[in-house]
Amino acid sequence: MPEEFKAGCARPTGGPVGEAVAPEETKDNKKPKEVAKMIKVGRKAPDFSAPAYLNGKFVNIKLSEYLGKWVVLCFYPGDFTFV
Amino acid sequence: MSIDSVFVHKMWNDHELSKMVSGGVPYPMLSDGGGKVGSVYGVYDEDAGVETRGRFIIDPDGVIQGFEVLTPPVGRNVNESLRQIQAFQLVRNSKGTEATPSGWKPGKMTLKPGPGLVGKVWEVWKTEMAFD
Repeated sequence: MPEEFKAGCARPTGGPVGEAVAPEETKDNKKPKEVAKMIKVGRKAPDFSAPAYLNGKFVNIKLSEYLGKWVVLCFYPGDFTFV
Repeated sequence: MSIDSVFVHKMWNDHELSKMVSGGVPYPMLSDGGGKVGSVYGVYDEDAGVETRGRFIIDPDGVIQGFEVLTPPVGRNVNESLRQIQAFQLVRNSKGTEATPSGWKPGKMTLKPGPGLVGKVWEVWKTEMAFD
C-alpha cells in the first residue's frame, strides 16, 4: 500500500489532500476574516499525504488508503522530546 | 506525526525507540514539515513551531469518532485510547443499538437506549460502575 520513495537532499514534505479553503475576497482588500475550521467528531477526517519512515524504508502515506480500517492518528511535539 | 523529517524519525527509531520496543516502531512515523497537516487538524502551535499531543480515532469510514489534545509535558494513556476504540467498535458492530455508559470497559454492561429505558437508567446502571 504505502509507496516507497528515494531519499534525496530535499527534505520530503506532504500536506492536506483535497479542496483547499479559498480565501474570501473582500471589497476593500482587507484581510479576509479568519475562520478557524474546527475538527469535529462525527465528521470526516481531513485527508492528507505525508512522507513516513516505516520498517527501514521511506514511504508516502495517504490517510484515505486506510479506509476500511480503524486508524489512530497521533501528533507529538518532536522526536527525542522525552515524554 | 511530528514536524521532524523522516531522516530524524529514522534516527530516533533506530537509536532509541527500538531499545524500548523490540523491532522498533511497527507503524508509519509521519513527517509534517511546516505543520500543514497539524494546522488542518487544529493541533499545530505556530508560536512554538511544533504540534501538540493530539490523538484522533478514525473509523473505517474515515470519520473521526474521538480526539484528545494535550500540551507537550503530559503524556497520553494508551489503555484509555484502547478502551475508547473497543467502545466505538462495539457501538459500530451493534449498528448503534447499544451504547457504553461511563466507566465501561470490555465485559461490563452496555445500555440499549429506547423508550423503555427513559428514566430507568438508575435501575440498571449504578454510580460505582463509573469506577474500576
